[in-house]
Amino acid sequence: MLYTVIKKNLYQDSVSLMLLTNHLSAVEGVTQVQVMMGTPANKDIFKSSGLYTEELEDANPSDLCIVVDTDDESVVENVVEETDSYLNSQAEASQQSTIQVVRTWEMAENKLSNADVALISIAGEHATAEANKALDRGLNVFMFSDNVPVEDELQLKTRAQDEGLIVMGPDCGTGILDGVPMAFANVVEKGNIGIVGASGTGIQEVSSIIGRNGSGVSQAIGTGGRDLSSEIGAITTIRGLQVLDEDPETDVITYISKPPAPEVREKVVEVFKTLSKPVVAIFMGDKPKEAHGNVHYTWTLEDTAHKALELATANNTAGYNFAADEDLQKIKDNNKQRYIKGYFCGGTLASEAAMIVEDALELDASNEHPEGMMLQYEGHEVIDLGDDAYTQGRAHPMIDPTLRVEKVEEAAADEETAVILLDNVIGYGAHEDMAGVFAPVVEKAKEQAASEGKAFVAIASVTGTAEDPQVFQDQVDKLKAAGVIVTDSNAQATKLAVEMVDYLNGEKPEAKNTAEAEVKDDKVQELISSKPRVINIGLKNFAEAIMEHGGDVVQYQWAPIAGGNKRLAKILEKLK
Amino acid sequence: MEYQSIQEANEAVTQKILESQPFLLDVVPAKEVISELDGKALLHAGPPMKWENMTHPMQGSCIGATLFEGWADNEDDAKKMLESGEIKFVPCHSVDAVGPMGGITSANMPVVVVENKVNGKRAYCNLNEGIGAVLRFGAYNDEVINRLQWMKDVLGPALSKALKQIDGGMNVNVTVAKAITMGDEFHQRNIAASALFLKDIVPYLLTAELPEKELQEVTQFLADTDQFFLNIMMATGKVVMDSAADVEEGSVITALSRNGDEFGIKVSGLGDQWFTAPVNTPDGLYFSGYSTDDANPDMGDSAITEAYGVGGMAMIAAPGVTRFVGTGGFNDAVQTSDEMREICVGNNPNLSIPTWDFQGACLGIDIRKVVETGITPVINTGIAHKTAGIGQIGAGTVRVPLGCFEKALEALAEKYGVEVE
Repeated sequence: MLYTVIKKNLYQDSVSLMLLTNHLSAVEGVTQVQVMMGTPANKDIFKSSGLYTEELEDANPSDLCIVVDTDDESVVENVVEETDSYLNSQAEASQQSTIQVVRTWEMAENKLSNADVALISIAGEHATAEANKALDRGLNVFMFSDNVPVEDELQLKTRAQDEGLIVMGPDCGTGILDGVPMAFANVVEKGNIGIVGASGTGIQEVSSIIGRNGSGVSQAIGTGGRDLSSEIGAITTIRGLQVLDEDPETDVITYISKPPAPEVREKVVEVFKTLSKPVVAIFMGDKPKEAHGNVHYTWTLEDTAHKALELATANNTAGYNFAADEDLQKIKDNNKQRYIKGYFCGGTLASEAAMIVEDALELDASNEHPEGMMLQYEGHEVIDLGDDAYTQGRAHPMIDPTLRVEKVEEAAADEETAVILLDNVIGYGAHEDMAGVFAPVVEKAKEQAASEGKAFVAIASVTGTAEDPQVFQDQVDKLKAAGVIVTDSNAQATKLAVEMVDYLNGEKPEAKNTAEAEVKDDKVQELISSKPRVINIGLKNFAEAIMEHGGDVVQYQWAPIAGGNKRLAKILEKLK
Repeated sequence: MEYQSIQEANEAVTQKILESQPFLLDVVPAKEVISELDGKALLHAGPPMKWENMTHPMQGSCIGATLFEGWADNEDDAKKMLESGEIKFVPCHSVDAVGPMGGITSANMPVVVVENKVNGKRAYCNLNEGIGAVLRFGAYNDEVINRLQWMKDVLGPALSKALKQIDGGMNVNVTVAKAITMGDEFHQRNIAASALFLKDIVPYLLTAELPEKELQEVTQFLADTDQFFLNIMMATGKVVMDSAADVEEGSVITALSRNGDEFGIKVSGLGDQWFTAPVNTPDGLYFSGYSTDDANPDMGDSAITEAYGVGGMAMIAAPGVTRFVGTGGFNDAVQTSDEMREICVGNNPNLSIPTWDFQGACLGIDIRKVVETGITPVINTGIAHKTAGIGQIGAGTVRVPLGCFEKALEALAEKYGVEVE
C-alpha cells in the first residue's frame, strides 16, 4: 500500500534527495520509497516507478514529497522520523586528511616546491630508482627501504656526495631532522646533542636517554648499517659528522656504530680528529679506546648518552642570537672592544673559564698563575679574586664584594672590554645577596656607557640551588633585571663570551675541517637548518609523524609504473 | 615532426585549447549543416556502431527518431526499417557533431552551431530536451515525439531568431567562466550556465517577434531545463578539442566518448582513430526502485566535457554534485580533482575554480600519465535504464577504461618510432 507524506516548502536539491531515498530504503518494513520535490517531471518519475498517488497532484515544486510502499502503516512514521533526522544532519563526515596525497613526482613537486628530502619506504627493488629521481630533483634522501643492492647504495651515495646531498640509509631505521622524527623515532626535545648513527635502535636508545634527562637532540642522522662496510667506505657517516660540526645548534657530536670494517674505522677516527666539537663515540661490541683530543669512547649506549649529556651541559650556548643583541651590535662598531674580563670569587670556576678561553684561542696553557691571574693574553684577563693576593686584610670576595665591584667598574670604563664575566656562588656562609649588590653596579655602568654611545655585555652564572638562603632563582632574576645574561653554568657563560668575541671579530670558530670530501653547494646543511620539507614515498604513518612535529610533508602514493607492466613502462621511459 | 618533443607538442595542443574563442552563432535544423543527414541517416554517440550492437536505450532513441522524422508511423515498422539496414548510422564525431547519451540526431532536429573564431571551425549538438522520459535516454512515447516536434517547430526557430540579433553570436567563454564560479562543472550540473544563458537570451527573444504563446513556451522551457547549457557546452568542447587536434602530434586526449558498448578515445598525435575498450557501467545514485542491475552501460558523447577539462575532471567546481562521488563530501571532491590533475598537462587559467584555491580546471589529459599512474579520467554521467523506453534512472560517475589508453600508447610508440622488445 502506498502512503504519501508531503512536507510543504521544504526544498532540497536532488542529490540530497537521492541519498535520502537510498537511506530510507533501508528502513525496516519499507518495500519501496521515493523522495522528490513535487515538480511535474518528478511526478512523471513517480508514475514510471509505480509510486504515483493522488495526493501528489496538489504538490508544488517547492514541496518535499515522500511516497512509501509498505504493508505496515506504522513504518510511515519511522520514515518521516528518519527523513527529519537525515535532513537535520547532512554534514557528512567526509574523511579529513590534511596530508596532501599525490601520485606522481610532478605533482609532489607542485604541492611542495621547496621540498628538501625524500623519505623512501617502498620495496627495495623499486627504491633505488625513486632515490635517483629524488637526487635528480636536488633532494636529500632518507631510505628506510631495505634489500637495496650494495652497488646501488654506492652509486647513490657517491652521486649524492658529488652533488652536495646526503643519502641516509638504505635500511635507515630512524632519524631526527631539526626536531622532526623521520621513520621510527622517539619524541625528543630539541637540544644541542647531534647524533650520527648506523644503528636505528641505538639512535633511539641514546636519544631517549638524552630526552629523559632533560636535554635534547639537534639532529640524528642515520647512515644505514652498511655505510661502514669496505664497499661504501663510510660516505654518509663522514658527511654526517662534518655537517654536525658545521651545525650551529649542535655542541656535542655523538657517534653510534656497529663494528665497522677495520680500515673504515680508522678513516672515521681520523675524521673525528678533524672536528671542532667534542665527539662521543661508541663502536658497539668493541672495547672503548683511550680518549684522545676531543674524542671520548664509550662502552654502552647508556654511557654514550650520559657522556654526551655531560659535555652538552657544559656547552649549552646554542641558539643565542648574536645579531639581535643591540649591545653587541654597538660593540661591533667599536674596533677596540674585543676582550673578555672575568672577575671570579670561585677559584675553580676562574680556572675553568681560563681553560675554555685558552682552548678557544688555542693558547699554550701556562700553569703559572701569579696573584690569581688565571689568564692574561692581549686584552683578555681572568682573575681569581679569591687568591691570597687579594684577601690579605679583607674578607674573601664571596663575602665582601668591594674589590670585585671596583674591578667591574674599571672594566666597564675600559675601552677594550667587550664582555665582563662573573660568577655568583651562593649558599650558607656566602654573601646574603651578591646579585643585589652587582645589579645596580652593572645597571649604572651600562647607563654610563650608553650615555657615551657605547655598550658592554655582562654574563654571569649562579652556583647554587633553590634551597640556598639566597634562593637560586631570585639571584638569577635580579641579575637578569639589570641586563646581565645569566647562563646555566660557568662553562656556558665562558663559552658564550668566547663566541661573542668570535662574532665581534667577524668569524665563526674556525672549523679545523680538512676532511677528504670537498663539500660543495651544501644542501645537507640547508636540510638541517630548518624543519624538513618531506616528500614521503611509501608508508603513510611516517608522513603523519612528520606533520605532527611541524615538518611539511606530501604523501606520494607510490605504485609501480603502468601497474607493473614492464613493456608499457619501457615505452613510457622512451616517449618523452 | 614539427615539434622537438612530445612535451613541446603537448604544449602546442593545450595552447590551442587556451586560445579558442567559441561563440554560439545559431540554432538550425541538423540537415542544414550536416550533409550526411540527407536521406535516411541517424547520428549516434561514440565510436562507429551497428544496430545489432546497440544497447536498448540507443535502439529506443533510433525508433523515436524514425517516428519523429515520419519514416515510419509505428514502432514495429520503425524497428523493421532499422533492422533491415535501410537507415544509415554515422557517429556524431565524424560529422563535427556530438550528442548526449544515445546521441541520436536526425535531419530535422535543431542543433546549436558553435564556431571557434580563431580558425572558423564549427561544431554541432542537438538541444537538451529536459529530464525524465526523453529521447536521449531511449524513451520514444508520444510525449517524447511531441516535444521533439515542438523543439523543431518552435524552440529552434525562436532561438535562431534571438541569436541572430547578437552581433557575432554569444561568447561561450564568458558564460562558462562565470558559471564555473557559480558551482557548475558543465556535465552533471549546468544550472548556473543555463540560468545565465536564459538571462542573456531573453532580451533577444522579446524582440524576435514571436507569437506571445510561443514566447511564453520557449522562456518557460528554458527556465525549466536546468541542463539546457550542457549541449552548448558539448558543441563547445567539440570545436575546441577539434581545434587542438590540428596540432597532429603529442599525447593529449582530444575526444572521449562511448556508445554503450565501447569507450573510445582520440589522441592529438594519432589523428582521427578511435582507441577502444569495453565500457564500464556507471556507479552512482539511483531513482527509487532502480539499481546497478538496471543500468545501461555507459554511453554518450557528453564525455567531451571531460576531454575539455570540465565535468568529472572539475568535480571540485561543483560542490552541489560532489556526493555522486560516493559517501564523502567536500574533501572527496578535492581529492577527485587533485587526482585528475595528476594525469593532465596543466591548469586552464580561463576556468578558475574558487573552491580549488582558484586553480584553473584541468587542462589536457596526457595518455602517458594515465598509463603511468593507472589513474583514468572520471566521467560525470547520467544513467539510462538498460531497457528501451524507460529513460533516466540515476546519475553518477564512471571511469574511462584503461585499455583505451594502453592501446593508444602502443600506437603512439609506433608513430614516434619507439621500439621495445
